[in-house]
Amino acid sequence: MNAISVPEGAAGFLARFAAMQGRLPGDSTLRAAAAEAFRALGLPGASRGRRVEAWKYTTLQPLGGMSFRSAEPAGKIAIPDSPARIVFAGGRYREDLSTAVPGFACFADQPDFGELSWPDRDPMVALNTMLAEDGAILTVPAGIDAGIVHLIHAGIDGTSAHPRHMIRLGGGARLTLIETSAGSGRYLHNPVSEIHVADGAVLTHVRIQTDGTEAFHLATIYAAVAAGGTYDGFTLNIGGRTTRTEIHATLNGPGAIAHLNGAQLLTGSQHADFTSVVRHAGPKGTSRQTIKNVLAGHSRGVFQGRIEVARGAQGTDGYQMNRALLLSPDAEIDTKPELEIFADDVKCSHGATVGELDAEQLFYLRSRGIPDNEARSILVRAFLAEALDPVTNDIARGLLEDAVALWWEGQAG
Amino acid sequence: MLDIVGLTASIGDKAILNGIDLSVPAGEIHAIMGPNGSGKSTLGYVLAGREDYTVTGGSVRFENQDMLAMTPEARAAAGLFLAFQAPIELPGVNNANFMRTALNAIRRAHGESELDAVQFLKLARAEMKRLSMDAEMLRRNVNVGFSGGEKKRNEVLQMAILRPRFAVLDETDSGLDIDALKIVADGVNSLRGPGFSALVITHHQRLLDHLVPNRVHVLAGGRILRSGGPELAKELEKNGYGAMLAEAA
Repeated sequence: MNAISVPEGAAGFLARFAAMQGRLPGDSTLRAAAAEAFRALGLPGASRGRRVEAWKYTTLQPLGGMSFRSAEPAGKIAIPDSPARIVFAGGRYREDLSTAVPGFACFADQPDFGELSWPDRDPMVALNTMLAEDGAILTVPAGIDAGIVHLIHAGIDGTSAHPRHMIRLGGGARLTLIETSAGSGRYLHNPVSEIHVADGAVLTHVRIQTDGTEAFHLATIYAAVAAGGTYDGFTLNIGGRTTRTEIHATLNGPGAIAHLNGAQLLTGSQHADFTSVVRHAGPKGTSRQTIKNVLAGHSRGVFQGRIEVARGAQGTDGYQMNRALLLSPDAEIDTKPELEIFADDVKCSHGATVGELDAEQLFYLRSRGIPDNEARSILVRAFLAEALDPVTNDIARGLLEDAVALWWEGQAG
Repeated sequence: MLDIVGLTASIGDKAILNGIDLSVPAGEIHAIMGPNGSGKSTLGYVLAGREDYTVTGGSVRFENQDMLAMTPEARAAAGLFLAFQAPIELPGVNNANFMRTALNAIRRAHGESELDAVQFLKLARAEMKRLSMDAEMLRRNVNVGFSGGEKKRNEVLQMAILRPRFAVLDETDSGLDIDALKIVADGVNSLRGPGFSALVITHHQRLLDHLVPNRVHVLAGGRILRSGGPELAKELEKNGYGAMLAEAA
């Protein structure tokens, strides 16, 4: 056994880091440590015999055999028209496509790795920390309502992007951040976002992932919520070959709220993993998670949800639900809920349901003259409409509904 | 209009219909009465095409079409309507959208133009007014959170909007108060005419006071035991099924 052997799939990324090390912004010691961690951890599932519990159902083995380059500085991409938008392509900020957003700086100019992440433990965070070239640093000062900001990422064929985002809301501030990730071709989108919600602030964070069918999307989000603050997150996963949405939310102050909701619509041989860790560190925190999966073809959905309640977190209220609708006998859902509770005055519940379309509902619709395929479509869309229920912002809701409708048209066609 | 000959059907290994012979001419309303478990609801489901029942023999012709060969949606397009005894809840499906989708599917099948949302709402509101229903029910999800009576009225509303030529009403009167019962009966009576027939499954004479049937059939053990005029329902109300079953045995 060779002590300096590089785990499978990691060599290309490490070589790229070695080549560009001197030109990367920010703390070079932190990057070097992240590179060491990545060398030790490797891509989960890529090396035989290395199994990590946190990646029980998801392997990045296919990613290991591929090589990616850094994106070219320019190139044409289609960008939705929205008044406040921050656009990245291939992990690089595109000033020409963005609008002036108050409180925005790019990571390349003001690198900020924050303090919440664990590059030493989470391999995709180590990879990001090692290779991040750019990202969005967005600050909303105390008491300000920043309205809606769109954060757009376009994937570029053959490249890997590792944007590093930092979102800070001051006391009582409000922001609706609508993040979209799309593109075509074979690429890797590996963002890490750190989010700070101060006392009484509210961040509505809607993520719409419609990456290309050959793409990998491996995102990690760390959110810290202070007293009376709300992190209201919703992720829609539609695209990508292999995707993982890993969210760590820590409820620090009394009365903090975290919503980690989502929907995953998969087909073909797609694989989507939604992994969450909610830490109730302060008292009287509330966490809500409902993840709905609609799985067609040979697709596989994963939900791993962990709720940790610290000793002092009395009056915690945690809820977690994973629902799956299997549209094909070859589709699969894996659910792993975990509760770790060290306080005694706690209300925590979790559940999971798996099913096919309800035969009685289907017959009821058909008995009214609605053709079988249309009746099925109505029932799937009803299931999805309920999945989108937690999103109350009209603009975000409209974008989600459009994405869902487009997906469903693709299934029916 | 509807001709059932020697119809037998089962669910799993259990035979439920054991040879039904029944003809309902155009313009007539027939009542089906009978003890619980006699196969009344099964008959309704089999006519509407529910797939978990297996038809093991016999035929059903609807205006000279072989109805048993048709899908549930094709039967509805041909003019059949089943008012469910226990209407199904559809969470996430808006009641107005549901009915408009159904109406447009049927109109499409007839080569007619579809109604847009405004045209449909006008039609639906008019029908709801006639049925003394609150228009707010259109905004709710189909049957979700409806009371028993609201569910039954919602079935009658669908019937009024879809204007079938043959309706099967499966205990649409159960659980209704007298006012609601009258509304249901009025809904059916308003469709009554030479081009409309109905099979009314009921346990109670009360509905038949408002909805006077041309014929009454008594179903027991998956067979029609006796048929007669409206007076047969009155006889049953008075003597119960026991005497009739004993007589037949």
